[in-house]
Amino acid sequence: MNDFLAARLQMAFSLGFHIIYACIGMVMPFFMAVAHYKWITTGNEVYRNITKAWSKGVAIFFATGAVSGTMLSFELGLLWPEFMKHAGPIFGMPFSLEGTAFFIEAIFLGFFLYGWGRFNTWFHWFTGVVVGISGLASGILVVSANAWMNSPAGFDFVDGQYLNIDPIQAMFNDAWFTQALHMTLAAIAATGFAVAGVHALMILRRKNVSFHLHAFRIAATFGAVAALLQPLSGDLSAKDVAVRQPAKLAAMEAHFHTQKHAPLIVGGIPDAKNKDVKFAIELPGMLSFLAHGDLDAEVTGLDQIPEADQPPVSVVHYAFQLMVGAGMFMMLLALMLFVAFRKKAWFEHRWFMRLFALATPLGFLAVEAGWTVTEVGRQPWILHGIMRTRDAVTPMPGIVWSFYLFTAVYISLSIIIIFLLKRQIQSVPALYDQPTLTPKS
Amino acid sequence: MSYVVITFLWLSILLYFLLGGADFGAGIVELFTSSRNVDRTRRTLYHAIGPIWEANHMWLIIAIVILFVGFPVIYSELSIYLHIPLVVMLMGIIARGTAFVFRHYDAVRDDMQEIYNRVFVWSSFITPLFLGITAGSTVSGHIQPDAKDFMTAYVLGWFNWFSISVGFFTVALCGFLAAVYLIGEADEESARKGFIRKARNANIIAVVCGILVFVAAEVDHVPLVTWVFGDSVGVTAVIAATLSLVALWRLIPKKRRLALRILVAFQVTMILLAISYAHFPNIIIMAGGKTLSLYDYQAPAKTMSALGWALLIGSAFILPALFYLYYSFQIKRMRHFEEA
Ligand code: HDD
Ligand code: HEM
Ligand code: HEM
Repeated sequence: MNDFLAARLQMAFSLGFHIIYACIGMVMPFFMAVAHYKWITTGNEVYRNITKAWSKGVAIFFATGAVSGTMLSFELGLLWPEFMKHAGPIFGMPFSLEGTAFFIEAIFLGFFLYGWGRFNTWFHWFTGVVVGISGLASGILVVSANAWMNSPAGFDFVDGQYLNIDPIQAMFNDAWFTQALHMTLAAIAATGFAVAGVHALMILRRKNVSFHLHAFRIAATFGAVAALLQPLSGDLSAKDVAVRQPAKLAAMEAHFHTQKHAPLIVGGIPDAKNKDVKFAIELPGMLSFLAHGDLDAEVTGLDQIPEADQPPVSVVHYAFQLMVGAGMFMMLLALMLFVAFRKKAWFEHRWFMRLFALATPLGFLAVEAGWTVTEVGRQPWILHGIMRTRDAVTPMPGIVWSFYLFTAVYISLSIIIIFLLKRQIQSVPALYDQPTLTPKS
Repeated sequence: MSYVVITFLWLSILLYFLLGGADFGAGIVELFTSSRNVDRTRRTLYHAIGPIWEANHMWLIIAIVILFVGFPVIYSELSIYLHIPLVVMLMGIIARGTAFVFRHYDAVRDDMQEIYNRVFVWSSFITPLFLGITAGSTVSGHIQPDAKDFMTAYVLGWFNWFSISVGFFTVALCGFLAAVYLIGEADEESARKGFIRKARNANIIAVVCGILVFVAAEVDHVPLVTWVFGDSVGVTAVIAATLSLVALWRLIPKKRRLALRILVAFQVTMILLAISYAHFPNIIIMAGGKTLSLYDYQAPAKTMSALGWALLIGSAFILPALFYLYYSFQIKRMRHFEEA
C-alpha cells in the first residue's frame, strides 16, 4: 500500500466510524423524547425504563461520537493540509456554526443525563429535545460542507488562486439541500431500524417482552416513516448528481456509453476494460427517466469523461446497488409495519419480528454505501473540478503506519462497544422489567 | 473583526486549559493516588466532572475550527510538521474519553473496570504531555520546513528539550489545577487533607518543571527569558501569578472553595499571558527565524467577518447555557458544602 492510498483509507475509515455515532447522536434523543413524553403523560413505568435504558446506551455512543469527531477535525489537516489551506476559509462557515451546535448539544446532554430528579420534569424533557435538535443541526451543517466539495461555490478560481471568497454562498451550494435532506432521513431510518431490530431480537428470545415491544414500536415508527421518504429524496439526489457530476452518475449506474433512452442497469459486474456490464438486468429508458425525468433524454456516459477524470466504476456501482437494495427492503418493511398497526396480531408473529431482526444492520450498511458512492464517486477530485485528491495529500511519508494505528483503534473500540451494549441489554431484566406478554409462534 | 476572532482563539485555548486541563489533571491525580484511597478519589472525581466533561473538551474543537477557518496556513503547517505529536495526542483523547464513559456506563462491574482505569489515568497523562509538546514546538524555532530527511523535518521539530519540558510543565499544571479544584469537592476532612497534600506536591513539581523549561530554553536557544521578562506585561503577569500563589496557600485552610478556584484559574491565565504576549502575533516560529503571524496569515476579510459573527452569535447562545450547567452541578454543590 502506498501513502496516498493509506491516507484515503484512513479518512474513509474515520468518517465511516464517526458517521455511525453521529447518526445515533442525532436521532436517539428524539426516540428518548417520545418515550420520556409518554412516561410523563401516561405514568406508565415501562416508558421511564425505556428512556433510562436508552440514555445509558446513548451516553456511550455520544462519547465515542465526540472523540471520533475531534479526531476528524485534526485529520482534515493531518492528511489533507494542501486542501485545508485553500478550502478552510471557504467552506469553514458551516464548521464554525457547527461548533455552536456541538457545544449546545454537549451542554444539554449534561443536563439530560445527570438531571434526573434535579429539575422540573418538563425542563428535563426539553433538555433532551434540545440535544436532538442541535445534533440534527450539526449533521446538516457538516453535510453542507461536504456538499461544497461536490459542488464548489462561493469563490472564483483564477490561475490557481481562490479569489472573491464568499463563505455564505459556499455554504448554500447547489448540492447542500438534497444531500442534507437525504442524510437526515438516512440517519433516522438507519438508527430506527437498528434499534428496532435489537428489540425485535429480544422479543424473539422472549425476554422482557413488554419492555421491548414498547421500545420496538417507537423506534420502528421513526425508521419506517423515514424509510418511505428515503427513495423519493434519493431520486432528487440522483437528478441533482446527473446535472452537477455526470461522471459520478455514470459510475453509479456503470453507464459507459452516452445514449438517449438509456437503460437502468440493475446488478451485474461492470467491466471497465471492455466498457460493458455482464449479467445485469436492463430496464430500457429508466435511467433517462430517473436522471432527467424523461424516457428519451440523453444521459452522459463515461466515454464523454476524460480517462484521467473518471472515478473507479465498480466500487461506486456496487455501493450504489447495495444502498438502493437496502432502501427497497426497508421500504417494504416500513409498509408492513403500517399494516401491522392495523392488524395488531402481526406483532405477535415470529416471522414479523424475524424480518425486523434481520434488518438490524441494513440502514447503516446503506449509510456507509451511500457515502462510498458520494465520496469515491467524486474521485479523482477532492474538490470537484478544482483540486485533485492526489495534490492535497500531506507530504509526510509513513502515513501507512498511521493508517494501521487508526484502524487498530477503530477495530478495538468497535469490539468494546459491541461488548458493552451486549452487557447493557443483558442487564435489562435485572434492572427494568418483568415479562407480561409473549408472542405466539 | 479579525481582533474578535483572535480574542476568541486565545480565550478558547485558555478555557481549554482551565477546564479541559483540570479534567486531565483529575486523571493525573488519580494516577498518583495510592490504591487504598483510589476508590474515594474516583468517586469524588466522577461527581466533579461527570456532567461537564464533554462541554469542557469542546473548547479544543472551537480552537481548531477557528484555526482552520481563520488561519488556514497556520493550521496546515502545524498539521504537516507536528503530525506525530498530534497523532499521539489524538490517540490520548480518544482513549481517555471512551475509557471515562465506559467505566461509568458498563452495566457489569468486573475486571474490565481495572482496564478502563488504567487506560483513563495513563491517557490523562499522555494527552496533556503531547499537547504541551505541540504548543512548545510551535515557538521553539526547531521546525525546519526545508529539511530533506524525515528526522529533521518531522521529528526534531518537536523532539527537543524545550518542547518536552513544556510538555511536562503542562502536565504538572493540569495536576495542580485539578488538585486545587478537588479540594472543594471532597466530602470528608481526611479526603480534603489528601487533596491538599496533592495540591502541594503538584505545586512543587510545577515550579520545578517551570524552572526546567527555562533551562531547556537556554539549551535549545529559545529566547524565553527575553520574552517573559523583556516587557512589562510579561513581568506583571509573572508577579501576579506569584502573588496569587501566596494568596492561594493562605486561603486553603479557610475553606473558601470558590475563591480558591478563582485564584488558581487566575494563576494559569497569567502564565499563559506571560508566555503568549511577548511573541504575539507570531504563533509559529520556525528555524531560521521564519514566523507565521496571526496578522499576515489570515483568511480573506469576508471569511473573518463571517467567522467573527458566528462566534459572537454562538457565544450568546452558549454562555448562558454553559453558566447554568456549571451553576446547576458545581456552584449549587459547593454552596451545599459550605452551608453544611
Ligand atoms: C439509510 C440509508 C440510505 C438509503 C436507504 C438510501 N440512501 Fe442514498 N445515500 C445515503 C443513505 C441512504 C447517505 C449515506 O446518506 C448518502 C451519502 C451522501 C448523502 O448525502 O447521503 C447517500 C447518497 C446518495 C446519492 C448521492 C448523492 C450525492 O453524491 O450528492 C444518491 C444519488 C442516492 N443516495 C440515491 C438513493 C436512492 C435512489 C435510494 C433509493 C432507495 C437511496 N439513495 C437509499
Ligand atoms: C456527514 C458527516 C457527518 C455528520 C452527519 C456528523 C454529525 C455529527 C453529530 C450529529 C455529532 C454529535 C453526535 C455525538 O456527539 O455523538 C457529531 C460529533 C462531532 N463531529 Fe461530526 N458529523 C459528520 C462528519 C464530521 C466531520 C467531517 C468532522 C470534522 C471536521 C466532524 C466533527 C465532529 C466533532 C468535532 C464532533 C464532536 C462534537 C461533540 O463533542 O459533541 N464531523 N458529528
Ligand atoms: C460521515 C460520512 C462520510 C463518510 C462515510 C465518508 C466517506 C469517505 C470515503 C469512503 C472517502 C475515500 C474516497 C476515496 O479516496 O476513494 C472519503 C474521502 C474524503 N472525505 Fe468523506 N465521507 C463522509 C463525509 C465527509 C464530510 C462531511 C467531509 C468534509 C466536510 C468529508 C471529507 C472528505 C475528505 C477531505 C476526503 C479525502 C479526499 C478524497 O478522497 O476525496 N467527508 N470520505
